[in-house]
Amino acid sequence: MNLTLKIWRQKDSNTKGQMVDYKVTDISEHMSFLEMMDVLNEQLVNSGEEPVAFDHDCREGICGMCSMYINGEAHGPDRGITTCQLHMRMFKDGDTITIEPWRAKAFPVIKDLVVDRTAFERIQQAGGYISVNTSGNTQDANAIPISKHAADEAMDAAACIGCGACVATCKNSSAMLFVGAKVSQYALLPQGQIEAADRVRNMVEQMDAEGFGNCTNTGACEVECPKGISLDTIARMNRELMKANLK
Amino acid sequence: MSVLNSKVPKGPIKDKWTTYKDKINLVNPANKRHIDIIVVGTGLAGGSAAATLAELGYNVKAFCYQDSPRRAHSIAAQGGINAAKNYQGDGDSTYRLFYDTVKGGDYRSREANVYRLAEVSTNIIDQCVAQGVPFARDYGGLLDNRSFGGVLVSRTFYAKGQTGQQLLLGAYSAMNRQIARGKIQMYNRHEMLDVVKVDGKARGIIARDLITGKIERHSAHAVVIASGGYGNVYFLSTNAMGSNATAAWKIHKKGAFFANPCYTQIHPTCIPRSGDYQSKLTLMSESLRNDGRIWVPKNMDDVMAIREGRKKPTDLSEDERDYYLERRYPAFGNLVPRDVASRAAKERCDAGYGVNATGEAVYLDFAAAIERYGKEQAKIHHIENPSKAKITELGEAIVEAKYGNLFQMYEKIVDQNPYKTPMMIYPAVHYTMGGVWVDYNLMTTIPGCYCIGEANFSDHGANRLGASALMQGLADGYFVLPYTIGDYLSDDIRTGPIPTDTKEFDDVEKEVNDRINFFMNNKGTKSVDYFHKKLGKIMWDKVGMSRNATGLKEAMVEIKAIREEFWKEVKVPGGANEMNPELEKAGRVADFLELGELFAKDALTREESCGGHFREESAEEDGPQKGEAKRNDKDFAFVSAWEYKGEPADAVLHKEELEFKDIELKQRSYK
Repeated sequence: MNLTLKIWRQKDSNTKGQMVDYKVTDISEHMSFLEMMDVLNEQLVNSGEEPVAFDHDCREGICGMCSMYINGEAHGPDRGITTCQLHMRMFKDGDTITIEPWRAKAFPVIKDLVVDRTAFERIQQAGGYISVNTSGNTQDANAIPISKHAADEAMDAAACIGCGACVATCKNSSAMLFVGAKVSQYALLPQGQIEAADRVRNMVEQMDAEGFGNCTNTGACEVECPKGISLDTIARMNRELMKANLK
Repeated sequence: MSVLNSKVPKGPIKDKWTTYKDKINLVNPANKRHIDIIVVGTGLAGGSAAATLAELGYNVKAFCYQDSPRRAHSIAAQGGINAAKNYQGDGDSTYRLFYDTVKGGDYRSREANVYRLAEVSTNIIDQCVAQGVPFARDYGGLLDNRSFGGVLVSRTFYAKGQTGQQLLLGAYSAMNRQIARGKIQMYNRHEMLDVVKVDGKARGIIARDLITGKIERHSAHAVVIASGGYGNVYFLSTNAMGSNATAAWKIHKKGAFFANPCYTQIHPTCIPRSGDYQSKLTLMSESLRNDGRIWVPKNMDDVMAIREGRKKPTDLSEDERDYYLERRYPAFGNLVPRDVASRAAKERCDAGYGVNATGEAVYLDFAAAIERYGKEQAKIHHIENPSKAKITELGEAIVEAKYGNLFQMYEKIVDQNPYKTPMMIYPAVHYTMGGVWVDYNLMTTIPGCYCIGEANFSDHGANRLGASALMQGLADGYFVLPYTIGDYLSDDIRTGPIPTDTKEFDDVEKEVNDRINFFMNNKGTKSVDYFHKKLGKIMWDKVGMSRNATGLKEAMVEIKAIREEFWKEVKVPGGANEMNPELEKAGRVADFLELGELFAKDALTREESCGGHFREESAEEDGPQKGEAKRNDKDFAFVSAWEYKGEPADAVLHKEELEFKDIELKQRSYK
């Protein structure tokens, strides 16, 4: 198929960007979206132009690196996937596709479609861990039985890949689904209880300091999340925060 | 006399590590504050090492090329992690895990390292649970296990199909705690471009900030390379797009020997290639072989009918199918080790029985498992005389609970429903057992330069068993390196900070800048990918799943020719002082073009078949093992460690003889 691409080009964080039109031809419907981008970039390199910078790495939907806003949707027009898992069979010959970077104050553009997500790093550093040293003599892994239900629910929350689609899609640029997922994972496990109050307070404080917006329960984040993280995690985070503040 | 000293401690194998730990030199906590360590790579090995070294009190500088340490490619490991916990009471033990790993590696690994790996495996699970890693549990609340290829016990711990992700996030959380304390300085979006030696010791690195393009000097008392494997030398592999060998190759060129480059794992269950535009291959977890049956049609007519779309695989009756693994290996069946399963698939496809348009695919079929689980569920739920539809419905629900995310992934990529029609799979490059040579301390032949995880060669011999990569990465990083590095650093307590304004740093920085300037100024006509794809095709065709002397000699000549063309014709757009992905790729491919040739040379020198390395000249000629790989212990029971001498073809071979005191060398039979 033949396509028109409207892509956000921006030299660096200090330069103003703009949308630029490109044409690609003979795109196979079996290609992934990023393979289509590879075709475009090979074309640009061969004609002496600078290729479009975009983040990507594992190309199997787990590293969380890819981050495009395609036709107004985070990771494009399919559900439960990242951009690297999006296939061209979702598009039609002759389509015009608009490709933008994640749009959020807390995620400044570095170049073209690449954004800076280190705000997520600082939130995790504020409390996204259990304080246990590596020693080789922690208690046996089976010493504390954990109900299968709690373990499965913790796993569902822990499945977050930190891509930032939740922020990009939220009209408030809220990071609550991301933070809620981490808080929930630990809140559901006995190992996470000791530091629960400090963790949720510190992570939420850092989240606010980074300039992410608040949650108004529209649920767009849950819809766009490639890993199906549930809005329940936000409710759990709010409950944990209230518990912590009542202490 | 070999120049290699493996430094394996004396004494009985089961006491070596304990005795060793009791005797090594320690660094006191106050002195650790004055010692800096650089860790390159933040996957399971690098991440766990950085966190643990920082907890101990060292000042750690960690580097990764991604925008966060959490994105290292360990994240993509699906199936699980082995540990000799024997929670299932099925006869597992440290010795058995050790034995399985040495046997699975086709007797080409160092016994003492493997025993230590098996020994610390149980600590890993304890540590990860304490960190909040949500492993799968059974209804009693205890940890669940699954079974993997090449073994007869269930010792694999897992977190759905995302075990690597969860273990990496555990190590990442431990890192975050230390980053917050200021004990780890994290350099995201940075790439190590060379190592700096002072008085023969590794004392720093030159790195490029991938956002600004700035070339930086970083010094330390020791340098740890944890940059993963070199599977992308094949262009198409299951590695991440950015996975590269540059850090490992750069230390090789500065004096670290490179061991067994030809030991590469071709994983049997990957989604087949669909076209020339393909950028990477996707793996489907080996755990699928617990329930999936692998087959191709028995008759060539059916193969043709399927390829032309006249027949569907589900049209073929049981006796029209060739379940070739069950036929050839009745004892292990579909759970034979990876190298055996991959070669068997290639054998069928080479014979013309491949089932898709490219002729490179076999079926992985879940129909039997769905029926078995369905009947079991019907019984549990007291459904009498269940209809076929009901059995299928019940069975599919169980299969979905076990492998749902993998089935979804397959459907998204291939656009076929694997519950209704068998999956198509084909082998793909997945893991490299070879790597930088290290001694028992995990130190390379450069003093003060360590290498851990997939980047080193030590534990998997010529073939790695499933769920052992995660185990090795975390064993090295959490439980081995933090001890062994202290022994070396105990000499450095009075050294003080290593200055970077010295001739040694000037010289290496100049080399790095010269190369970048070359790329920016070269007026070539071809893109980096053009050369990478060409290299990959030679590697796959001539240095792939089966190899012969003629092909390997041709490969060496052809790779050299591509390398020469690359340095004349490569074209890199953009500038050096900005984010420039093409420039990053150019540097990595330049290194692959050298590594590939050494790889072929190593494969040529090893005139035996072992593990992932199959030489067509060395196969069993008759008897029940006819056609199987033939190992030659008399002449080849050694590690090939290559010393850099300029051109890859001129590399000098050093042999580390392998001694097997605790395991009898046998032919690896899975029949």
